[in-house]
Formats: sequence, C-alpha cells, structure tokens
Amino acid sequence: MQESANKTPQREKRQVVLSVRDVTVGFGSNIVLDNLNLDIYRGEILGFVGASGTGKSVLMRTVLRLLPRRSGKIEILGTDYDSADDAQRMELDTRLGVLFQHGALFSSLTVKENIQLPMREYLDLPQSLMDELAYLKIEMVGLAPDAADKYPSELSGGMIKRAALARALALDPDLVFLDEPTSGLDPIGAAEFDMLIARLRDTLGLTVYMVTHDLDSLFSVCDRIAVLGQKRVLVEGTLDDMFAFDDPWVQAYFRGKRARSVVTTEEDAAQLQKSD
Amino acid sequence: MASQQLPGGDGERLIARGDWRNHSVGKVLPTLVELEGAAGKGRVEIDVSAVQAIDTAGGWLIRKLITAKQAQGREVALVGAAANIDELIAVLPEKAPAPPASSGPGASLFERAFAPLGRMVSETAGDMVAAMHILGSAVRGAQMKLGRGGGVSPASVVNQIDHMGVRAVPIVALMSFLIGAIIAQQGAFQLRYFGAEIFVVDLVGILQLREVGVLLTAIMIAGRSGSAITAEIGSMKMREEIDALTVIGLNPVGVLIFPRLVALTIILPLLTIISNFAALYGAAVVTLTYSGITFDTFLSRLHEAIDHTSVASGMIKAPFMALAIGIVAAVEGMKVGGSAESLGQHVTASVVKSIFAVIVMDAFFAIFYSAIDF
Repeated sequence: MQESANKTPQREKRQVVLSVRDVTVGFGSNIVLDNLNLDIYRGEILGFVGASGTGKSVLMRTVLRLLPRRSGKIEILGTDYDSADDAQRMELDTRLGVLFQHGALFSSLTVKENIQLPMREYLDLPQSLMDELAYLKIEMVGLAPDAADKYPSELSGGMIKRAALARALALDPDLVFLDEPTSGLDPIGAAEFDMLIARLRDTLGLTVYMVTHDLDSLFSVCDRIAVLGQKRVLVEGTLDDMFAFDDPWVQAYFRGKRARSVVTTEEDAAQLQKSD
Repeated sequence: MASQQLPGGDGERLIARGDWRNHSVGKVLPTLVELEGAAGKGRVEIDVSAVQAIDTAGGWLIRKLITAKQAQGREVALVGAAANIDELIAVLPEKAPAPPASSGPGASLFERAFAPLGRMVSETAGDMVAAMHILGSAVRGAQMKLGRGGGVSPASVVNQIDHMGVRAVPIVALMSFLIGAIIAQQGAFQLRYFGAEIFVVDLVGILQLREVGVLLTAIMIAGRSGSAITAEIGSMKMREEIDALTVIGLNPVGVLIFPRLVALTIILPLLTIISNFAALYGAAVVTLTYSGITFDTFLSRLHEAIDHTSVASGMIKAPFMALAIGIVAAVEGMKVGGSAESLGQHVTASVVKSIFAVIVMDAFFAIFYSAIDF
C-alpha cells in the first residue's frame, strides 16, 4: 500500500499468474460478461468488487471451469487448460486452491479428513506426516486442535470459513481463490483472517484472487483492486486509482460513509488526503 | 539432504537442496528420520541455500529437524536461508499442535456388547414417541395458536395427491397387471394336475383382493413416496427451513407432514383399487391364453368366488398402511442431521422401516381377520 505509487511501472515486468482474455459468458440471451480482460500478477492480493449481480461469482466460476464460456482464453500459471494434456491438467489442479463462499466442506468428513482429502489424492506421504500437516494447517488458520475431529455441521460459520481455508491451502497452492472470505466473521476475526492471508502471501508466495465486499480487507491487505461493472472490468489498480476513477458506483463505493469510516480510522487516512 | 563435519570438528553441517515442496518431500523422509535420531556433538548448521522451492510441508520437516536437534541439547543454526524460508520456518510452531487426547479409558467388553443393544432399544422407544408426536401434531393442524383454525390448505393436499397418487398410477397398474398374470399362470399350471384349472380364478381373486393387491401397492408407495417425504423433510431440516417455520409460528408437522399424511391415506386405497383391476385383467388375459377360460367364464367364476368381504378386507388395510408409511417417513426425515451422509442413511432407513411396518401390519390383520372369521 505504502509504495503503491511506484508499484505501477513495475507491474509490467511481473509474472502473470492468471490471464483472462476476451472472455464472454452468457446464459441464454443474457450476456453476463462481455469480452472481459483481467491479469493477476505473482505474489499480489487482488481484491475483486462489484455490485451484486454483476457477475463476480460467474467470473470466478468461469476461471475455475465450473461454467462454460462462449469465447475467450484463460491461462492459469501459464497453462491454457483447454489445450493442456492430462499431466499438465493434474499439475494445474494441485496448484489452485478455492475457498467457496459457504465453505463447501464435505459434510460427511471431519475437518481433518476434509483437509487431508486433496493430500491423499495427490501426495505420497505417510499418514503420520499428513496428520501433522493437517494439524499445522488447522493451527495456521486459527482453529483449535479439537476442531479437527468435528464434522462441518458442528462448526460455527466462522469456523467453517477457516476450515475451508485450511482445505484450500492443503496442497500449498500458488493461486488461491477466495469468495467473500470475511463475510460472516466478526470484525476481529475478519482482521485476523486478512492478516493471515497477507502472512501466507509473504511466506508462501501465494497469489490471491479475493472476491470481497469487506472494505477493511480492501484497504488493509489488497495490493490491487478490480471493479466489475457493465459486463467487464471497469477499472483495476490501486486504491488511488479507485478514488480517481469517475464512475458513480465506484465513487459511491469507495467514498461512501462506510468507506470513509474505515479509511479515517486507519493509517490509510493519509492516503485519502493524498488523493483528494 | 547430506551431512558433513564442520571444519574444526565441533559439529556438523546438514545441507538441504532441491525441491522441498509437498509432492517431493516424501523422498527425503527416511533420511530425515535417520538424521533426527543420529547422535552427535557440537553445533548443527542446517544449510538451506540450495533449496529451490519450499512450502509448508518442507518447512515443517526442517522445523522438526531443528526441534529434534535442539532436544539433544545442541545449538542449531539455519544458514543460507532466503528471507521467505526464514520467515516460513519462524512462523511454524516448534511441535505439531497436539491432537486432543481421547477421552477416558476404552469401554469394557460388557459395555461394548450391550451398549448398541441399549441404544437400539432407547432409539426404538424414541421413534415411537416421535411417531405419536407427529400423529398428534398432525391432527392438531398447521397453526400452533388457539383460535386460528386448523389451517390445512387444500391446495397442498391436492398437490401431494397429484405427486404421490396420480403419477404413481402407471407403475402401479403395470406392476399389478404382471403380478396378476404371474399368479394366474403358476396357479393354472399347478391346478391343471388336479383337473381343477377353473379354480385359478378363485385363487387369483381371493389372493389379490385380500392380500397381494394392497401389500404390493403399499410397498411400492413406501419406496416411491416414503423416500421422497423423508428426503424433502430431511433436506429442509438441514437448511434450517423447519426452524424458520417454527419461528414464524407455524407447526412444521402440521404444515409439512399433515397434508402428506392426508394425501397418502386418500391415494393408497384408490391405488389399491386400480391395482386390483389391473391384476384381475392380467389374470384374465393369462387364463384365456394358457387355459382357454373366456372372459365370460372368468367373470362368472369370479362372481361366485369372491364377495364384498374379500374386497373390504383388503381395502380396510390400505389407510392404516398409508399412515404407517407417512409417519415412519416423517420421523426419519425429522431425524436427519447436518450431513449429506445422514440424509442418505435416513432415507434408506425410512424405506426399510416402512416396508417392514407394512408387512408386519399385514400379518396382524391376517391373524385378526381369521380370529373374527371375516
């Protein structure tokens, strides 16, 4: 954040982890995304915002190949899934982690078994080490060890989010998709979650694609913000770019009462003044 | 992973190189276990400058090695670590977060032998209470407050009749046609030895009207609609929809289960009638084909063989069986917990238990009828 001003020229040199080119998605006669372009660079946390119903989830699901697209090209970690062979596809699958909005934990498995499922599928490790790694992930996401043997139906909403993040991180992926990770968490828990994501980015070199409406997250951990609107990415860039962008929705979003209260309570206040 | 003596002989240097990510760390595990156990003196340097890539799994193994060496009372230093490796290892805890200790000593043999039996008995008792609760609340109606009437909507009952009754007609008719035909064929072939082929009409008529018609229809409905009721109510329970109804002030049993019970008790007798007609038609076709008994002869023989008690004794059973199916399905639906697995278990249990209940009920009716000479 602090060096956001001089980050922009460097951006071109950085490695593109996810590249979305001219992607069009629609259902029937309703076009949701029209020739959308987006790049995510290695090691950054991209915050993705947009009004409800603009297709944030549709874009994420399209990138994850859960929805078909009409046209366009998506490259993840330099590989185009459509033209990749089986070995490349498997490699790609192990390098993506997804935190779904409602967790999507397998309800008939315990938290530990949920985390170990991708490990069992892809890694050749002894059970004892997998147990240790599972407990490590459980601790990393801030859950108590006794949550490991609980079933998802016995967890609270915030614990489900954390357990789902632990499963998303099970294979130490390069690119993590987070769908509203802090929604439903208390402010302290949400701030911890943000710090956790930032720390994982620093230590593991994670790249994070985060769909969020949490202004705290946007202001505190996101390196870059992209706004979805009018069926394409309206604007992407730093917080300064958001403040400078002339669009009623973007202005209302980043200069609204809620945004202002967040900004003025944090060290970003200086930034707001700078952009004013 | 390699080990070499430090110059000066006051310790050793462990060198890690290559890819230390989760898909490849499995290879160094045996070496690591050996190194962790190996005794030695002096300081230990772990050189990670040649590590190309690392993740939590690799970081954790190095962290464990450091802990193991420190436990031997030796000084450990991590050398040549890039900033990210340093930070990664620093954030990892010294030992794995302990799994919670299993609570208490294991159960004794006596407990292990009889606990499941006791659980089964108390569950059965609980099921009976739940069944009575459902029957009672269903009669009580949709509203929980006094003075607001029963509140059962006819639309919902009609809708259930359409789902569970009208759409089941083709399959029930086809099944009964075949069953009637099979009974007639087997009966005709056996009775032919005694020259009593014409009595196959008595056999089919009495068997179908008194027992088989209602029994098979009830089993078909238990499999078709009982499972659907359990699945519907169970998934509503999972998504807290049942709780939402309660909070709004409606009685979930009255709103959801009562219309289904009413619909079941209406459709099962009607489907039994269809089943009886289809089975007798199937028997008539088969006896015409195999034994040359014309439809006219079949009907006049049937008229002599059966009377209204044959029809009534079968039909009386239908509403009771319908209630049993509905209540068992509803009880199982209300027992569904939070997981998809539990939904599957309870749907299975619902079908098995309701078919069992139907057959047991049929047996008791048979004993009862013979006792009163009906």
